[in-house]
Amino acid sequence: MHILACVKQTPKSDNVKIDPATGCLIRSGAESAMNPFDEYALEEAVVLKEQLGGQVSVITMGPPAAENVLRDSIARGADKVYQLSDMAFAGSDTWSTSYALAKGAEKINEAQKIDLIICGKQTNDSDTGHIGPQISAWLNWPNAAFVKRVVKADEQCIVVERLTESGTEILQLPYPCVISVVKEISNPRVRSVKGRMAAKRAEVVKWTADDIGADKNKLGIQHCPTRVVKSFSPQRNTNAVVVDGANGKEKAAKLVALLKENKYI
Amino acid sequence: MKEWKNVWILAEVAQDKISPTAYELLTAGRSLADALGEKLCAVLLGHDVKKFAQDLLDHGADAVYVCDDVSLQHYVDDVYAKTLNGMIQAYKPNKFLLPATNLGRSLSAKTAIFAGTGLTADATEVMINPSDGQMHATRPTFGGNLMATITCARTRPEMCSLRPMSYPKAACVPGKKGEVIEFAFDAEKYTSLAKFLQFIKSEGEGLDLSETDVIVAGGRGLGKAEGFDLLYKLAERLGGAVAASRAPVDNGWIEYRRQIGLTGRTIKPKLYIACGISGQIQHMAGCSGADVIVAINKDPNAPIMKMAHYAVEGDLYEVIPAILETLEK
Ligand SMILES: Cc1cc2nc3c(=O)[nH]c(=O)nc-3n(C[C@H](O)[C@H](O)[C@H](O)COP(=O)(O)OP(=O)(O)OC[C@H]3O[C@@H](n4cnc5c(N)ncnc54)[C@H](O)[C@@H]3O)c2cc1C
Ligand SMILES: Cc1cc2nc3c(=O)[nH]c(=O)nc-3n(C[C@H](O)[C@H](O)[C@H](O)COP(=O)(O)OP(=O)(O)OC[C@H]3O[C@@H](n4cnc5c(N)ncnc54)[C@H](O)[C@@H]3O)c2cc1C
Repeated sequence: MHILACVKQTPKSDNVKIDPATGCLIRSGAESAMNPFDEYALEEAVVLKEQLGGQVSVITMGPPAAENVLRDSIARGADKVYQLSDMAFAGSDTWSTSYALAKGAEKINEAQKIDLIICGKQTNDSDTGHIGPQISAWLNWPNAAFVKRVVKADEQCIVVERLTESGTEILQLPYPCVISVVKEISNPRVRSVKGRMAAKRAEVVKWTADDIGADKNKLGIQHCPTRVVKSFSPQRNTNAVVVDGANGKEKAAKLVALLKENKYI
Repeated sequence: MKEWKNVWILAEVAQDKISPTAYELLTAGRSLADALGEKLCAVLLGHDVKKFAQDLLDHGADAVYVCDDVSLQHYVDDVYAKTLNGMIQAYKPNKFLLPATNLGRSLSAKTAIFAGTGLTADATEVMINPSDGQMHATRPTFGGNLMATITCARTRPEMCSLRPMSYPKAACVPGKKGEVIEFAFDAEKYTSLAKFLQFIKSEGEGLDLSETDVIVAGGRGLGKAEGFDLLYKLAERLGGAVAASRAPVDNGWIEYRRQIGLTGRTIKPKLYIACGISGQIQHMAGCSGADVIVAINKDPNAPIMKMAHYAVEGDLYEVIPAILETLEK
């Protein structure tokens, strides 16, 4: 079994700050780490490897510093790591990002056939959730998103439970295929000492757009179909009405009256 | 690009019912169609779904495109995305809104690649820029800390998934006339290697979170799993549903599908009552779109006591029974 996990380096969620004057994101100084959702994706890949034998590869597209999340992946049980890094990728939307990742996956696949690609549900920065389904579209592989449990995996296929608003759907996907997973899928383990040592020594394979044979007309802010034209901080309510009273009863009566008056109930 | 015309919305069907998101998309789509002077069209995909076409006309669609086939009975990504792309290439819509439900988010993403176009994710507002007729879709990102407006200038259709409950439901005018256009399913082309095996309806009590105007949510402050019984009582009294912050989910007090926040669900009810929830940013990311937030917390300095619209300081085990009592009167 050869599993490819996709991970992205994102700001640690509690470190995100917005410049109040410009409404822009202050990236400098913000600590980054592996997108929290990708920890679950990687863990599930490692669990499946432990059950079925094989190898876990990890790919990321990102600036040079994103190498850190690949080393972290080794510490968490990955075997081989690949980084797509090139100025040509800068500013890509999900259409272009998924194209680049699919081209990278194709190149890995040529050397060693991939059975399964696992993505997180979404990132904690731009959080579109597009990338998993879109990689599968470029590769023309079947996919499932919002996967919360692997029911069964063997040599031929994987059976998964997918979360919907009203229940659970069970799907069978033959390899090769792509799944995007929610956090319920796994419990990320703590990094082992051995893993940390391996992380330091690991070789990070680095590829440019040319290395993966990507069409540069499909990459980067100049060529991708969507563009962020404006960003601003949302307006937030910060002047709560304090519902006071001598005791719980009084407060409750006052709250119910306020909610009724404003037709919320 | 002139040949790309009209505003489309995807009317999701779940368990043999039109999803309420369809009516919300008809409201959003109507404002785009009117601004452009184009038609508003709904798309129905599924098995035995043609019967819903009149309902969509009644709710404001000028035309309905239907692809009705037994192969579409269940949602398999490839089959749906290829069919939808077939319809896009055949009829060339200008804008295309889909619901940002689980189905809509994965379907819109895959379809956008097949159609070779851009997609804005999970927007809460869409409008037409009067100078060039492009769609401006605005969406919360970074856990609700940053709003971003996205455009798709060069490719058509401009696609966008729209967060449930961002728009009111369109009004119903029974008997409205409009065209119903059937699109033939191509069993040779619209295939997938994936197989749908089974659907299991969730056993959780009560209403689905995306279909209710009132949500009563509990946090670590409940102290125990049984604490939710009280919340179910209040939710039932208000005709709403029960949700949670991450802490009770991690503690196994309640199922994950009820978690609100960055790693859970985003909801947009009229009324959100947060009980024993401190209001960490990752939680607020999921509920800050509520029309009104009530916080019940014994710590007046908990962050949620500032972010809520109404802050009630007190022990939830005292305040909630008192609310129930008041409501009985
Ligand atoms: C404020 C803002 C808003 C944006 N809105 C949109 C939009 O609406 N539409 C659009 O097309 N683009 C948008 N973008 C661009 C988008 O953020 C990038 O394309 C981004 O690189 C990938 O999208 P994501 O972070 O949403 O990934 P998601 O689709 O949320 O990620 C899902 C999974 O895919 C994998 N993955 C994602 N990125 C990578 C990567 N770089 N390397 C390896 N694996 C990865 C991970 O497993 C991850 O868990 C926006 C960007 C910004 C800054
Ligand atoms: C990457 C990441 C993603 C996350 N995603 C989510 C997410 O999706 N959703 C989410 O909710 N969290 C998420 N979190 C966790 C989040 O940071 C908080 O830890 C969590 O929301 C806290 O839950 P809480 O408010 O219930 O508990 P606490 O923060 O412990 O707050 C409990 C509150 O209850 C009050 N209280 C105690 N007893 C009573 C009583 N008897 N009556 C009234 N009030 C009482 C206390 O004063 C306190 O304010 C995420 C964290 C990270 C790092």
